Amino acid sequence: MSRRARLLILGPPLIWLVLFFLVPFLIIFRISLSEPVTAVPPYAPLFDLAGGLGGLAAAFAELDFETYRALLDDDLYLVAFLTSVRIAAGATAILAVVGYPLALAMTRAPTRWKPYLVLMVVLPFWTSFLIRVYAWIGILKEDGFLNAALIKLGLIRTPLPLLNNDFAVHVGIVYVYLPFMVLPLYAVLDRLDDDLLEAAADLGAPPWRAFLAVTLPLSLPGVAAGSLLVFIPAMGEVVIPELLGGTETLMFGKLIWNEFFANRDWPRASAVAIVLLAVLVIPIVAAHRMNARSLEVR
Amino acid sequence: MRRLGPWGRVMLALAFVFLYAPIVILVIFSFNDSRLVTVWAGFSLRWYRALATNDQLLRAATVSLGIALTSATFATLLGLLAALALTRLRRMPGSGLLAVMTYAPLVMPEVITGLSLLLLFVAIGLDRGLVTVTIAHITFTLCFATVVIQARLLTFDRALEDAALDLGATPLRAFLQVTLPLIAPAVAGAWMFAFTLSLDDLVLASFTSGPGASTLPMRIYSQARLGVSPEINAVSAVLIGIVAAGAIGFALANKRRA
Repeated sequence: MSRRARLLILGPPLIWLVLFFLVPFLIIFRISLSEPVTAVPPYAPLFDLAGGLGGLAAAFAELDFETYRALLDDDLYLVAFLTSVRIAAGATAILAVVGYPLALAMTRAPTRWKPYLVLMVVLPFWTSFLIRVYAWIGILKEDGFLNAALIKLGLIRTPLPLLNNDFAVHVGIVYVYLPFMVLPLYAVLDRLDDDLLEAAADLGAPPWRAFLAVTLPLSLPGVAAGSLLVFIPAMGEVVIPELLGGTETLMFGKLIWNEFFANRDWPRASAVAIVLLAVLVIPIVAAHRMNARSLEVR
Repeated sequence: MRRLGPWGRVMLALAFVFLYAPIVILVIFSFNDSRLVTVWAGFSLRWYRALATNDQLLRAATVSLGIALTSATFATLLGLLAALALTRLRRMPGSGLLAVMTYAPLVMPEVITGLSLLLLFVAIGLDRGLVTVTIAHITFTLCFATVVIQARLLTFDRALEDAALDLGATPLRAFLQVTLPLIAPAVAGAWMFAFTLSLDDLVLASFTSGPGASTLPMRIYSQARLGVSPEINAVSAVLIGIVAAGAIGFALANKRRA
């Protein structure tokens, strides 16, 4: 391939992503270090390019982390951080416990069912995310389907508070992200060599022991992949806490949204975004490593 | 081979009830002849009629459709190039950066991508509207398109392409007449994926859209925040119907080919 052809292939996507992914990213970092002012746009410019290189150096000398310090001073951000971690980790754990037996059942189904089972797990993912979250409002609200059903069955007398709390947020995350957990688990479990289980059985291991000694350890990469795929987006979730959560369910994503749309404090919204990203860097890099490895295996 | 026992069957059945019941309930109650969304008062199409005259929603739907068609097409073209670069030009300077940048937006929380794009548009003085939402959606969906096409290219038998080259075809001709037809299903899949993601996006659109460019998810969201309404159920049912029809059509088309 000629050099020109190669440039024509690599160039357009590279330029596009530098312009619309990398540069915005640098801007958000820059603005997080800037001071809010009542103007359009509502932040003080940090670099005065008219000053040339000398101006740039002066600007760097003046860099202060005022916005970040303010984040530390206000308990709100610590609470939001802890709430996000608690809810994202909790929902991930529930998904692992629910998704594992489901993925295992899928691998044991008759071979001709399998493509359809996978399709059935993936299909809801193709319908609107927003609609799937919205559907739960009708189910969980005070006069919703779940309360009505429980009362009819005689299990409860008065409706339970199911909506606008952490419980509802967990339900929403588990519902929406179930395919993200099940598919990596299914991929790992389905590739598992049946001979290993037979060998374990031949050596006298009961099924539960074979599971603990063979299946579970070999499927841990799938558990890790699924958990990362769920945990990372759940930490930055906006729609689920907003529609299903209560006023006290403060999550990071929602906080960035509020700082930006309600308080119009752009530097602070940027700073919260940078902090969220810093928190997620390790899981993101881990997920990338795993992804790269799985591509190589194929 | 371990077989699916009764517990496994129960497990599968429960999981699918959990996955599909909310969607089914939503669709059923879009035909309810009452404003109350949990009490059945007879079959009616009144919410669909209300939908047909709801100019705001219809306009938002047109906006969303236009953005999705444009951005999916650009994203697929750029994604095809990116996938080619990532599988064939690994040693070229810049391909490492491209690999990181096509991966990062996949896992980056949308609030961060949305906020950073908005800050860019403000910094360069680009008015927010259709164009900015489209740019945001191309950037976001391009990465998904790349992954889909890249997965196909990795399993692609290069010998076919080499044969075409040995027979004297130019690299471009070999690509257009041999490679492209063979990876076409993946390219089509990437387009559909990008289209669906764009149609569904709320967060990026909220950050990057301006007055007069509200998308359908933005409209649905602002109404959903006020609670359940039968009109939203009706819009949702229409969207779900389109996806179901698309999925069934896709499955049938694949079956015929196989």
